[in-house]
Amino acid sequence: MAKTGVKTVKVPLAGNDAAAHAMKQVNPDVVAAYPITPQTELMQAFAQFVADGEVDTELITTESEHSAMSACVGAAAAGARTMTATSANGFALMWEVLYIAASLRLPITMAVVNRALSGPINIHCDHSDSMGARDAGWMQMYAENPQEAYDLWLIAIKAAENHDVLLPAMVMYDGFIISHTMEVVEILPDEAVKEYVGPYKPAYAMLLDEKPFTVGPLDFHDYYFEHKRQEIEGTEHAPAALAEAAAEYAKISGRHYGPLESYRADDADVVMVALGSTAGTARYVVDVLREQGKAAGLMKLRTFRPFPNAEVAGALGNAKCVVVCDRVASFGAFGSPTFMEVRSALYEVPERPLVINYVYGLGGRDTGPDLLEQAFAEGFRVAETGEIKQHVGYLGVR
Amino acid sequence: MTTLKQLSHREERFTGGHRLCAGCGAAIVARQVLLAADGPVVVGTATGCLEVATTLYPYTSWKVPWIHNAFENVAATISGVETAYRVFKEKGKIDKEFHFIAFGGDGGTYDIGLQALSGALERGHKMLYICYDNQAYMNTGIQRSGATPKGASTTTAPAGKVIPGKLQRRKDLTAIVAAHHIPYVAQAAPHNFMDLTRKVEKALAADGPSFINVLAPCHRGWRHAPEDTLKVTRIATNTSFWPLYEIIDGEWKLNYKPRKKLPIEEWLKFQGRYDHLFKDGGHPELVAEIQADIDRDWEDLLIRCGELPPRERRDEEEKKK
Repeated sequence: MAKTGVKTVKVPLAGNDAAAHAMKQVNPDVVAAYPITPQTELMQAFAQFVADGEVDTELITTESEHSAMSACVGAAAAGARTMTATSANGFALMWEVLYIAASLRLPITMAVVNRALSGPINIHCDHSDSMGARDAGWMQMYAENPQEAYDLWLIAIKAAENHDVLLPAMVMYDGFIISHTMEVVEILPDEAVKEYVGPYKPAYAMLLDEKPFTVGPLDFHDYYFEHKRQEIEGTEHAPAALAEAAAEYAKISGRHYGPLESYRADDADVVMVALGSTAGTARYVVDVLREQGKAAGLMKLRTFRPFPNAEVAGALGNAKCVVVCDRVASFGAFGSPTFMEVRSALYEVPERPLVINYVYGLGGRDTGPDLLEQAFAEGFRVAETGEIKQHVGYLGVR
Repeated sequence: MTTLKQLSHREERFTGGHRLCAGCGAAIVARQVLLAADGPVVVGTATGCLEVATTLYPYTSWKVPWIHNAFENVAATISGVETAYRVFKEKGKIDKEFHFIAFGGDGGTYDIGLQALSGALERGHKMLYICYDNQAYMNTGIQRSGATPKGASTTTAPAGKVIPGKLQRRKDLTAIVAAHHIPYVAQAAPHNFMDLTRKVEKALAADGPSFINVLAPCHRGWRHAPEDTLKVTRIATNTSFWPLYEIIDGEWKLNYKPRKKLPIEEWLKFQGRYDHLFKDGGHPELVAEIQADIDRDWEDLLIRCGELPPRERRDEEEKKK
């Protein structure tokens, strides 16, 4: 039992099963999805819940991810609580409709089981899929382990459906590393989840209200900009909605989720920034380095969109050097996405730290403590000398 | 069966003031289909003429709940709406009976949207899909599509000094849809409005997906006078270029047999998109090819509809003689 008084159970679950369990407890109206490695087991598990009558959900087994997201838009526009999940190429196939879902202000939620985008084709983890859609208008949260995959999806639903926000949200967890790795997950009782997410109340009369209601008209230069500005306003309301949803979640779970999480970073000279499962490895490396007397710290970034600019500046502003790890390459850019965002967030910090970037783990390349220690070592060298030899490096590449 | 008089008293749910061209076939089709669909209905429309010209924000011509998502996914989108409806029905949140109608042009149906359509048909959503087939990508300026007939000139397969327009046959989408074994499939044309009305009624009464392929002239692309829209579809049926038929639970049925099947020149010469087939010596061999294709297709259809015995049996009977 958690300290909250809510009767929970601890069960060993792989990330996909933990996410499927969240879906089952939410019991959404409609799920439209298409299987793809490494998301497949999530979809299979949920299909079994449907087949066994454990949920009231209608599962639309579409012929592609493009149609999956399209059907989600149709269902959500009809007033249904709608969920889906995908990975990599399937995610890329949804691309066009991701933007439409956000622009129609439909609070669809989706698990993205991170996998490297083709080509060359690969089924293992990196963040090239979800990172590419960071400007699509969706909220984006990265989970570190199966527990977070379960928790964050529930929080995402509540924030997405907040009438001040009304934006879709995606929760990421690393393909295979999290999706297929079993850990002990603390599961809330069905009733607690049901009560937490509450019944879905759309903000507007939707398609099935019989009144004439036009969704998705042609919108030219005379109105398009205003509608986009309103969408931006939705993202501006998202941090408060996420904080509110997380605070309520903490009351029933005892687990607190902010947009970022610092570990031994307050007095650290060198702080590493990492997302997803790598944060766990980095935490271990921080402890090792601390034992050696080195002032190392970690900032795990959980919410990537909307980007917690002020919080990042606050969390990293006292460091001498920040080492940003990106499991994605941004071709032709000066550094990868997290690096660019973090560096920009630090611009107005009075004595801003030096920032370096490491691209790592592409296509599922194993990234153990040794590689992160290498990155830290360079961070300490930069902190001591004040000199950056190379802004963007590559960890573990031959 | 609804009479013309009854139709005339129904509320117009596809209203005027839209920006479709005078004489646009798609507008006539949309209006007739909605008149025939009595009761609550949700409409989905693929990107295309019918969508851009009827919902220029903040205006709409649709006095029904309506959704547009993108070009290639109206079938998937409406399948999501229909699924939500079934869930709400099951949960007792809705008691009214709704119909679901998707409109797509030939671009959004024959080509870029074929996959989404096929998936939705296979999944069995209770929805009516109307293809308004104007035989090219008209919204973007008359580009060739999978529905463009052989010999027609379009902006991406133009008639030139060497190439006489499109060289390939159009695909037989109605038969492709029929191969999904859905309860109701039909081909229709707007000049025969009672036939179209009856088909919409049958389609909406079907227990499962239904599909009607409606010939919808675009005089800008076909190059005929705007006032001849219905005349040209009549010629299409009288030359057997566009036969009217329906497939009810797998049974093919012919709905119109011209008293005298007119030569294909009647169809070709009526439209400027075929001008090059006749000018300066023209391309008589291509015209002959088009006629041969039509004759063969027409005979196939008559056989399928039981209007003619199969070829083998006719061959045997010939031998006996």
